[in-house]
Amino acid sequence: MPFSLLKFGLYKDYPFEQIADLPGPTDLKQYYDVVIIGGGGHGIATAYYLAKYHGITNVAVLEKSYLGGGNTARNTAVIRSNYLTSAGVRFYTESVKLFERLSNEFDFNIMYSRRGQLTLAHTDTTVRAFRQRAEVNKHFGGRTELIDRQAVGELLPSLNLDPAGLPILAGLWHLDGATARHDAVAWGYAKGATQCGVELHQLTEVTGIDIEAGRVTGVQTNRGRVACGCVVQAVSGLSAEVSRMAGFPLPIVAYPLQAMVTQPVKPFLDPHVSSSALHCYVHQTSRGEIVIGGGSDPYPLYGTRSTLELKEGLIGSAVEMFPFMSEMRLMRQWAGITDMTSDYSPIMGLSPVENYYLDAGWGTWGFKATPICGVTMAELVASGGKVPDLISPFSLDRFDAFRQVNEMGATAASH
Amino acid sequence: MKILTCPLNGPRNIAEFTYGGQVKPMPNPTEATDQEWAHYVFYGDNHIGVVREWWMHTPSGYWFIVERHNQTDEVMRTYDPAELFDPGSSPATEPVQADP
Ligand SMILES: Cc1cc2nc3c(=O)[nH]c(=O)nc-3n(C[C@H](O)[C@H](O)[C@H](O)COP(=O)(O)OP(=O)(O)OC[C@H]3O[C@@H](n4cnc5c(N)ncnc54)[C@H](O)[C@@H]3O)c2cc1C
Repeated sequence: MPFSLLKFGLYKDYPFEQIADLPGPTDLKQYYDVVIIGGGGHGIATAYYLAKYHGITNVAVLEKSYLGGGNTARNTAVIRSNYLTSAGVRFYTESVKLFERLSNEFDFNIMYSRRGQLTLAHTDTTVRAFRQRAEVNKHFGGRTELIDRQAVGELLPSLNLDPAGLPILAGLWHLDGATARHDAVAWGYAKGATQCGVELHQLTEVTGIDIEAGRVTGVQTNRGRVACGCVVQAVSGLSAEVSRMAGFPLPIVAYPLQAMVTQPVKPFLDPHVSSSALHCYVHQTSRGEIVIGGGSDPYPLYGTRSTLELKEGLIGSAVEMFPFMSEMRLMRQWAGITDMTSDYSPIMGLSPVENYYLDAGWGTWGFKATPICGVTMAELVASGGKVPDLISPFSLDRFDAFRQVNEMGATAASH
Repeated sequence: MKILTCPLNGPRNIAEFTYGGQVKPMPNPTEATDQEWAHYVFYGDNHIGVVREWWMHTPSGYWFIVERHNQTDEVMRTYDPAELFDPGSSPATEPVQADP
């Protein structure tokens, strides 16, 4: 062994052929069957499943910045399916199932790790809501149960059971709660999609959308115009801005969402822990850092600056839950622009423009949906606009009909 | 720390204020169709630029109007709603000194 190493040491070139994970930049073609605006997890996953399940490979993913640099890189990577409505639970349960086998599918480790998620109830009303969520979850094949205060204490010995004067009455224990390396999810999809011939164009911003007689015919970019057979819009925070280019408004308001991580420490916390009353959640990464998230700013903004007020509030709640954390130092803090809908559910499917498909309104909770969004959006595109059952409750026209899918209670504190 | 100037109470820490949504014209509830009403409730002027919003100074319960750039977070103007809804009245320009 040492001899062969020595031999390699004397080589001038690296002795193995290095295959780049992603092909280098190319010119834009004049025409694509499908143009996907936004190279985040959702956009690139849609391209992947279009190529893989439907054999549609004349596809361009146009990303104004770099692959997965938007909210895909900014989220706190909570994966779970313990929502409230039947529509929501059904949808997110499918996504969790897909996530579980992604590393094998990509032959690339996305560091999927199932740890469970514990949401704390501090009032009787929350306990009642949790009971309902547990039942809906079980009905659709998720694993969620209500546990009492004593069981919460046994599960998490380091947790303060009376944080901020709000005694913990019970917890919603979701065994399927998990996390994954968010960047790797985007990379895995991009590697798979480009190997099938999909083109990923980074530093390519869509600046205009050409509509003729109610149909999209092409997009304008900072690198020129490309014609296309249809468009998928998956741009998260900028959803309302991009849809305006296509000529229609969206019922979306942009709010910054802020999060942070501490220095790494020894493992002490396996599950995700979130509190519905303290509006804070924490979990420990496999590197040992504590992720503290997810506070939305108190008013709308298309900006990613951090604020002291929000960080103080989140840290205050985290320290109430785990008092010893007051000794720790913060390492990084950031924000992403989230595209919020009023019912905390996404907007997926058809739009007022015939061949222009929407994957928007993902707000503070869309990372966990990345695989199922890819699958369902690809199906929608490949069928020429036949909306898959799984996403039909999330249509844009639900707002006109007052048919909201209210997930606020199951989303606001946990993402 | 961000400071917002309340037309009634003068410059105050942003934490003293509550955001109350965009200023938008309300259709007549007895005449509007369901779709017009849904549009009023769910849609707004959400593109990047200067927006006109309701804000409240929470301790004094005073509602007023803010014109703000929703990307730079720069506040252009704050004023009493009378200026918008009661065009006859004189605009409130001088902030009133609050008692300590
Ligand atoms: C702090 C924070 C914490 C979060 N935590 C969680 C969590 O724990 N769990 C969870 O499930 N979700 C979470 N989310 C939400 C989640 O990150 C998003 O919903 C999800 O990543 C959206 O994915 P996407 O691919 O649609 O968007 P993005 O990853 O944002 O991708 C959209 C891409 O579109 C590009 N784009 C925009 N405009 C144009 C244009 N004109 N032309 C070309 N490209 C354009 C952008 O550059 C961007 O790369 C969190 C979000 C934030 C900000």
